[in-house]
Amino acid sequence: MSGRKLRAAQAALLAAAIAFIALGVARGEHLEVLQKAAAVCLECIGLG
Amino acid sequence: MEKRGKRQSRIRLTIQVLAAALFNGYAAGFAEGRIFTGNSKAVCVPVLNCYSCPGALGACPIGSLQAVLGGRRHDFSFYVIGLIMLFGLVLGRVICGFLCPFGLVQDLLHRIPAPRLRVPKKADRALRWLKYAVLALFVVLLPVFLTNKYGIGAPYFCKYICPAGILEGALPLLAKNESLRAGLGALFNWKLGILIAVLVLSVLIHRPFCKYLCPLGALYGLFNRFSLYRMSVDGDKCVGCGKCARVCPMDVDVTKNPNSAECIRCGRCRAECPTGAVRSGFGK
Repeated sequence: MSGRKLRAAQAALLAAAIAFIALGVARGEHLEVLQKAAAVCLECIGLG
Repeated sequence: MEKRGKRQSRIRLTIQVLAAALFNGYAAGFAEGRIFTGNSKAVCVPVLNCYSCPGALGACPIGSLQAVLGGRRHDFSFYVIGLIMLFGLVLGRVICGFLCPFGLVQDLLHRIPAPRLRVPKKADRALRWLKYAVLALFVVLLPVFLTNKYGIGAPYFCKYICPAGILEGALPLLAKNESLRAGLGALFNWKLGILIAVLVLSVLIHRPFCKYLCPLGALYGLFNRFSLYRMSVDGDKCVGCGKCARVCPMDVDVTKNPNSAECIRCGRCRAECPTGAVRSGFGK
């Protein structure tokens, strides 16, 4: 990939990542993550 | 060269240990057999790190992705995908090579003197695709489409495959909680079997979980060709000795594909290169 194309792809991905994070927080997805992560995941430890 | 290789190895090990301690720094959790419930658990760490580990201060990105996808509120997780994109774009699989605690465990096990198992090239090539299948099926499709009567999908990768959940979460919690031990059954035995198999294979093969099963490594690998941290080879300096390829734990020939999706950017090729042709870093 040429330098210009690479930089363009990096910029686009960075913009998308930041936009996704902001949109996700606006939708309250981080609270869903917190709710799951702050309780013992019985499936994860082989009990669920 | 050997001196440089040993120094690089020591530095990497130090970073790996510090990262494991940072991501799992809730010491009271280990002592008291409980998990951390603070707000930092709303943030995903960049590595595969079970959030049911008593020490875990953040959330596992793969566990979190399944939790949101399998939940009733959203069918797509912008937040978790955005964080994975950000981590992948900045670092690529250097996260695997330097930061992942389960990667560290595999690296340490591979230091045990033992005969090495050579996976035939054809089988190895086919098996490398398995982690993408695990990602697609167990992390994405099953949590979205295979739901219970309440419309909730289980975290199928965490439930049926992830050995880190047993090593980091189950074993420390079970050691301190008799009530949890009462719930042990076939599922635990299955997952414990997977953990034991991965640990044994790690002695014989370098990083078998990273090569063949890890869905997070599969995701980050897709970003290797775009990431800000990059590998490069100076064609004028390269003498084609092949030392870089021989020393690579992931069987990558950096001279052919410097930013291969399989490269965990451990830097061994750079340390081994006699002419300094192999470089890595931001903006390389």
